[in-house]
Amino acid sequence: MEGVLAVLIGLIFAAAVYLMLSGVLMRFVFGFALAGNAVNLLIFTAGRLEHDGPPLIPAAQTALSAPAANALPQALILTAIVIGFALLTFLLALLYRTYAETGTLDTDDDRLIREDDDPAPAAPSSEGGSV
Amino acid sequence: MNLLLVWPILAPMLTAAIIVLSRSDVLRAHWIALAGAAVHLAAAGALLAAVIDRQFIVLWVGNWPAPFGISLVADYFSAVMVLITAVIHSAVTVYARRDIDPVLVRSGCYSFMQIVTAAVSGAFLTGDLFNLYVWFEVMLMASFGLLVMERRVSQLSGAVKYVTINLVATLLFLAAVGLIYGLTGSLNMADLHVKIAQVENPALVTAAAMLLMVAFGIKSALFPLFFWLPAAYPTLPATLAAFFSGLLSKVGVYALIRMFTLVFTADAGFTHTILLVVAGFTMLFGVVSAAAQMEMRRILSFHIISQIGYMVLGLALLTPAAVAGAIIYLLHNILAKANLFLVSGLVRHTAGSFHLEKVGGLYKTHGLIALGFLVSALALAGMPPLSGFWAKLLVIRASLESAHYAMAVLAAAVGLLTLFSMIKIWGEVFWKPFPSDSGQPPDAGTPVSAWMLTPVLTLAGITLLLGIFMDPVIRFAETAAWQLLDPRYYVAAVLGGAP
Repeated sequence: MEGVLAVLIGLIFAAAVYLMLSGVLMRFVFGFALAGNAVNLLIFTAGRLEHDGPPLIPAAQTALSAPAANALPQALILTAIVIGFALLTFLLALLYRTYAETGTLDTDDDRLIREDDDPAPAAPSSEGGSV
Repeated sequence: MNLLLVWPILAPMLTAAIIVLSRSDVLRAHWIALAGAAVHLAAAGALLAAVIDRQFIVLWVGNWPAPFGISLVADYFSAVMVLITAVIHSAVTVYARRDIDPVLVRSGCYSFMQIVTAAVSGAFLTGDLFNLYVWFEVMLMASFGLLVMERRVSQLSGAVKYVTINLVATLLFLAAVGLIYGLTGSLNMADLHVKIAQVENPALVTAAAMLLMVAFGIKSALFPLFFWLPAAYPTLPATLAAFFSGLLSKVGVYALIRMFTLVFTADAGFTHTILLVVAGFTMLFGVVSAAAQMEMRRILSFHIISQIGYMVLGLALLTPAAVAGAIIYLLHNILAKANLFLVSGLVRHTAGSFHLEKVGGLYKTHGLIALGFLVSALALAGMPPLSGFWAKLLVIRASLESAHYAMAVLAAAVGLLTLFSMIKIWGEVFWKPFPSDSGQPPDAGTPVSAWMLTPVLTLAGITLLLGIFMDPVIRFAETAAWQLLDPRYYVAAVLGGAP
């Protein structure tokens, strides 16, 4: 089972890297989401795949009687999913805004490269954002 | 007593929440931000004093004994990093009064700054790898908010690069955490130090170490992963550029130093050789790219990269003297670099632009700004007796002692090129007469706001004092390096005295 999942994780990573490198930022979003899931699967697999019983120690014993899945990586994944979701949301909002302002999400497009459009302060030697 | 560890994280978090409630009142928001920064500074100072007294301070959150719960740990290195964070945060908050547009304050600029500070302090103080990941994410999210706050197209374009590459770093970091947990069954850094040595297949450990190295390398802008930095930082207002340059990429360097002294030292011949080569290229590429720039913030941004090379060089050599040099370099560089960004903001306010071609003559009209620049710029370039000289001296001497002569020559040459860039800014901004085609020249009669000038002169003063009274600082850094390179006491402090 671990072997199958390992191959699957590899495949998802490959697809994610392909999407991320394709040069269109929208595809980067999908690549990022895919890679995030691959990483979560990786952590999940690292915590052993056992589904016979919960990791509970029977009364009058001090250790688990049968191998059980580790619950901690699953808690880590929950945290990672929440964080990943927040990052994905921000990324989408940022790309939407960028598309609205520049009209492109193609990384080779010159419109996406803007070095400096810093407006000069209202008048030289003014105190800027006066309160 | 151990609750001291909580305050540098908790105080800015609470302040951030309070500021959100009163952000429509720009003046009140600033006073609350100042109060929060002062509390953070006081907490960081108390923490450093306590650490000097007791070597290590450990807090087992929720009284869970060490490898099971999250532990917060302060040793010399992390305590001094928290203090320097507090100094920069306070200086930048004072400066923000006149530099930050009220519109940004109403969108919650001060709250985001406090959250970044809390997250940076958390990253310095945590003793748990997954917790470090969480602090990195908190820091990242808040910095995203600050980055796009002005909503200019250049900011969006810089933010796209910053966000995408940092998301990749996040995934690599998380994957490494998963692999390390799978190998060792622990995420506590002190426990990892013990358990990593027992892993049967060291190649897997090295693989996880390389994943972490790339993730932290992206965050600290190492060669060849630095391209996001000069795209993002020069689009920020001077306040935020100083804030980012002082804190964000330095957290990556801190994480590199922490992980590659405490956990991943078994295969140092491989991992630290890579760090050495990368450090050389980082120094060289940063400084050469800076030479071609004509905008102050862009010049300074490329210099951030170049300076990070020195710190990683110190780590890569892995001798006590070299790591002490890296720590001093971190401290000195955070002060000098943040101050130079603050000066660039003053130049823009008085002469109207960040572009070297469009400004001039400030030496005659605004001598104090010139003074603030000169001290920090010469410190950055490594002129004696300023702090940068000692930092460079330690790193270069350490590379000579470990027979890395090429690195020593490179480090010295990069210092000269840094001086070239600083002289270029000095000549263009301060000595050259104001260009006739750039409108109104700066007027000596116009006062510069004390809110902006005080932090610049204070940071320059600290840089100066750091250089003159270097001896106790060097001794402090040597103790910190010793704690890092001989982690037995760190491990014993974290794992041993569980409640």
